[in-house]
Amino acid sequence: MIVTLQVNGRSHAVEVAGWESLLWVLRERLGLRGAKDACLQGECGACSVVFDGELVCSCLVMAADAEGAEVTTVEGLGDAGGLHPVQQAFVDEGAVQCGYCTPGLAVATAHLLETHPDASLDELREALAGNLCRCTGYGAVLRAAVAAQRGGAEEAAP
Amino acid sequence: MSETLVRRPPVRGGVGASVPRPDGVPKVTGRFEFLGDMHHEDMLWGATRRAWVPHARLVRVDVTPALAMPGVHAALTQDDVPGHRYQGQAVTDQPVLAEDEVRYWGEPVAIVAADDPETARRAAEAIVVEVEELDPLTDLDVALERGAVFRHVPVRRGDPDAHGEVVVEGTYVTATQDPAALGTEAGLAVPDGSGGIDLWGPTQWTHIDLKQLAACLALDPAQLRVQPCRLGGAFGSREDLSLQTHIGMLALRLGRPVKMVYDRHESFVGHVKRHGALMHYRHEADRDGTLVRVDARILLDGGPYQLTSNAVIANSTYFAVGPYRCDHVTVDGYALRTNNPPSGAMRGFGANQPCFAAEAQMDRLAAALGMDPLELRLRNALGQGDRLPTTGQLIEHPLPTDEVIRSVAAIPLPDPADDDDPLHLPGGTGMTTPRSRVVRGVGYAVGLKNLQFSEGFDDYAEARVELTADGAVVHTAAIEVGQGMVTIIEQIARSALGMSNVRVEFDHTGRIGSAGSTSASRQTQMAGNATLEAATAVREQALAAAGGDDLDDAGVWRDGALVASLTELTANGPLTHHVRYRHRPTDQPDADGQGELHVDFCVAAHRAVVDVDPDLGLVRVVEIAIGQDVGRALNPQQVHGQIEGGIAQGMAHAVMEEVLLDRGVIRNPTLTDYLLPTCLDAPHVEAALVEVPSPWGPFGAKGMAELPTMSATPAVAAAIRAATGLPLTRVPIRPEDIAVPDPPPDDPEPHPPEAGGR
Ligand code: FES
Ligand code: FES
Repeated sequence: MIVTLQVNGRSHAVEVAGWESLLWVLRERLGLRGAKDACLQGECGACSVVFDGELVCSCLVMAADAEGAEVTTVEGLGDAGGLHPVQQAFVDEGAVQCGYCTPGLAVATAHLLETHPDASLDELREALAGNLCRCTGYGAVLRAAVAAQRGGAEEAAP
Repeated sequence: MSETLVRRPPVRGGVGASVPRPDGVPKVTGRFEFLGDMHHEDMLWGATRRAWVPHARLVRVDVTPALAMPGVHAALTQDDVPGHRYQGQAVTDQPVLAEDEVRYWGEPVAIVAADDPETARRAAEAIVVEVEELDPLTDLDVALERGAVFRHVPVRRGDPDAHGEVVVEGTYVTATQDPAALGTEAGLAVPDGSGGIDLWGPTQWTHIDLKQLAACLALDPAQLRVQPCRLGGAFGSREDLSLQTHIGMLALRLGRPVKMVYDRHESFVGHVKRHGALMHYRHEADRDGTLVRVDARILLDGGPYQLTSNAVIANSTYFAVGPYRCDHVTVDGYALRTNNPPSGAMRGFGANQPCFAAEAQMDRLAAALGMDPLELRLRNALGQGDRLPTTGQLIEHPLPTDEVIRSVAAIPLPDPADDDDPLHLPGGTGMTTPRSRVVRGVGYAVGLKNLQFSEGFDDYAEARVELTADGAVVHTAAIEVGQGMVTIIEQIARSALGMSNVRVEFDHTGRIGSAGSTSASRQTQMAGNATLEAATAVREQALAAAGGDDLDDAGVWRDGALVASLTELTANGPLTHHVRYRHRPTDQPDADGQGELHVDFCVAAHRAVVDVDPDLGLVRVVEIAIGQDVGRALNPQQVHGQIEGGIAQGMAHAVMEEVLLDRGVIRNPTLTDYLLPTCLDAPHVEAALVEVPSPWGPFGAKGMAELPTMSATPAVAAAIRAATGLPLTRVPIRPEDIAVPDPPPDDPEPHPPEAGGR
């Protein structure tokens, strides 16, 4: 079947098989291999993308259900001018080690700060608990999230 | 010598600064190509047929149904292995594919290659595998009884008749832990058109893979280029081969590139685990707290193949006592052969299991003596000039056991929690613990481990530094597993050269010699020292060539004036220097396990603070503080990253992580059922770095990344014991171990003799 969807602002019409997930379509049909898979069960968040405004595990979304959807992946964070503030904060705070969790965590953090710019530290922790990281122990990830939040708040200030 | 190489003002991005990692930007933007992201025009997808029985006679394997399926290009079995049919780092006892017997649950039996992964998966399933089930050997005591021993390491030191006035005994169990790197196994093998292949697979040491793969694939080592890989974590699980031989076989057979990726379930049976252990201990001390004697027996569950178990059991045995002086020691360490999943390397490499037992013993001893547990540890703290209690080796270099204990004890305790926010209560939002029922506990543990390879192993690392008009490049075959070695090598090269414009190039096995394994806390000192020597030599070459007294990114300077630009300097080709760095040699153990078996040591002390709901058996690890020996922190941010990440793994082994085994079958081979810590589980971390420079590490640095995991586990257990008063002799500690009527009915030793007079 043909599925038409928008990914990072670009329209695609892709031929997909019935078993294919959105994650598969992104990675193998569109060559956007930023989103990772580490469980294919909705446990790790490595495949996190924004789907019609909601953060989802793309491994759990069937490709057929993506008809007409607007999807943002890690490749759609930031712009030609450079890194998204969350991406910059991850680099600066040492929140990246092996980096396998990073695309998912960056998308999840950016989405959280966009939808809840005033999130408390506990709210950040709760919101990011769906993204596993085996390397960092999360300390640097949370420091990066807070740093990006502060940076965003300063930008918004008059 | 090295200290004088740090230029004033120091070079940008040199040692001591928290330099951001060079691969950080590609990783945050999703452009970094991990093994599983690799792609090749024309590639086929591989899949593995496994036998889901823990032990069986393999009666028949029939691949014809798979070959009959459209889109399937090959289906191979052990009969198709072109060369040596067994692999293994030290002893080649693991069949590439099961031969006549299946020895663990999920053992590979056949492999296929097909047009797409779904076809490959269905083809693998279509292969007929007929087995006759056999009784699996899964109990360690039985394995010992039957003599199923890979290696027995004995230690006999001091006087067998020396005894202390106070005795404590205990039996301890640590369950099997999965390294669970977030990136699963993936690989790509690409034929080169002239009989050889380029192979990318999950590894921590390309040259040891080369040795095994060349033998199994019947290739001349020059025909096989094992490529540096981009891993989603390792933690030891990539020290042994997983899918490499399989994709190599398929690619050679078909003359086409073959990619294979394990899903999480397959990954659980596709890589080695931290050995489960059963340990008996007896400590004896005088009334003043002087440790007099330690006797221990340590059984490690190796699974069916030897892999690195021989070296892991050596570590368990030699670090059985921990960082304490003791003159009379008897240890028997056994690595046992079973039909449980294969075990091997995981962060700490065998030193973790005895650390859990020995530290619990130190607390029991303190209780029996009526002494403060920290005071007991300080009274016996091992340091420079002492002898390792097990092997008798003189501790030649600084070992700040005393300092790490004092520094962790000096970190202020967290405030007592008093709010009712479920996020701050044991069990979190899903549970119903009231704050009034929560008991806080504080516990300590100290860990000791070797650095580098031991027991006479010829351990070296190569590096080549090249200076060109575009700057300096460090060539190495060392594997970056995510820990940040790439940053450290750049920093060392910058400080040694005096230049900022430095990058690392990871070479395949055909371009440079071995850098050794990225394990055993090795590479900061091994690849680091190789880089330091090579970069120092290149700087000297440059100064000599232009008659200068300084070098920087512009070129060579004399008396403050530029005398040769990099372009001029390298007009006749790059200035290069190649180094094979060896650490000092070590001994093989004598019959009593005695000798100078280790190069050097590292130590850390943890303090855990936990909140426990004794009714529901729930635990929240509030904070873990650490005093950590680092020699010198070359990149403080990365050191903190290793500490926080290591602590999360160690604390999770105390309360969450266990590979649930039922007669050899893994009952929780998914991330839904195998519980990795989330950011709600991971504790707040406070760290005090103890910087006593290593006399031989680059710029004084030591490898340090294993210790944060090691003693975190016993510290959390000690804190839960402090909160509950229960003996808790097994990790992970489960709710049912805490929420039990007293005494616990299923405890392996409900009434341990806490103390006995003599
Ligand atoms: S791969 Fe989608 S949640 Fe793990
Ligand atoms: S950085 Fe490795 S999993 Fe997060």
